[in-house]
Amino acid sequence: MNLRRDVFQAIADPTRRAILMLVASQAMTAGAIAANFDTARPTVSKHLQILTECELLNQEQSGREIYYHLNPQKMKDIGDFIEPFRQMWDERFNKLETIMKQYKSKK
Amino acid sequence: MKQKTNIGADEGKQDLTITREFDLPLELLFRAYAEPELVEQWMSNPYSTTKLLKFEGKKHGSYKLQSADAKGQVVFRANGVMHEFITNQKITRTFEMEGTPYGVQLEVYEFEYVNEDTSKLTMHVIYESAAQRDQVLKLPFAQGINMAHNRIEEILGNRK
Repeated sequence: MNLRRDVFQAIADPTRRAILMLVASQAMTAGAIAANFDTARPTVSKHLQILTECELLNQEQSGREIYYHLNPQKMKDIGDFIEPFRQMWDERFNKLETIMKQYKSKK
Repeated sequence: MKQKTNIGADEGKQDLTITREFDLPLELLFRAYAEPELVEQWMSNPYSTTKLLKFEGKKHGSYKLQSADAKGQVVFRANGVMHEFITNQKITRTFEMEGTPYGVQLEVYEFEYVNEDTSKLTMHVIYESAAQRDQVLKLPFAQGINMAHNRIEEILGNRK
């Protein structure tokens, strides 16, 4: 079972992290979520699909609309938000490393 | 696969430790923290540009930085003072995000020689309380995209 790894892949993407942040405060429809991004609507749909598949988001039917909301239990499983925090630093440090390698070769 | 960046954060504690090994000689790693132009470069990303408004890399010096989104709108400001600034060894500084309820954090950076091409950074970050640390841990969801920053401000604003 590689679900856990999939969850980490899901949150490795900045747009998907932003989506989670958005729905953390209130359940939203796909349209309302997409309105917050410059990205094309199908791309946002794809992100929503991935987040739903790894159970970070739950879907709830309300009349004709489907609302997405955060699955707090799943978020907790990730390790109380530490993994995204770690990835942010990892990305930042990778950048530092790349810049300093170029800097070194320029000297 | 061994992770290059590791976070140690015990439950209920008010501090955390970030460690990272770099494929860089110690001098280059330290330089990335000591030269303002370099700090600006690695702190920026496709979504936001970081500028150092002030940077005094010395004992009792201070710094002030801001990040702007792609449209040039400032979304984040932070500042702090240097308590210790020892080349290739150690930086002790405070860090405060302006206009947020996260208080002031104390950051101790230790730079270590591993071998000629490798160095290690240990960041020990101490928050005012365990609750504050946990709040900050949740923040990275806001990183990268300005919209999310605004969102956080809205959410925090609503809670005031």
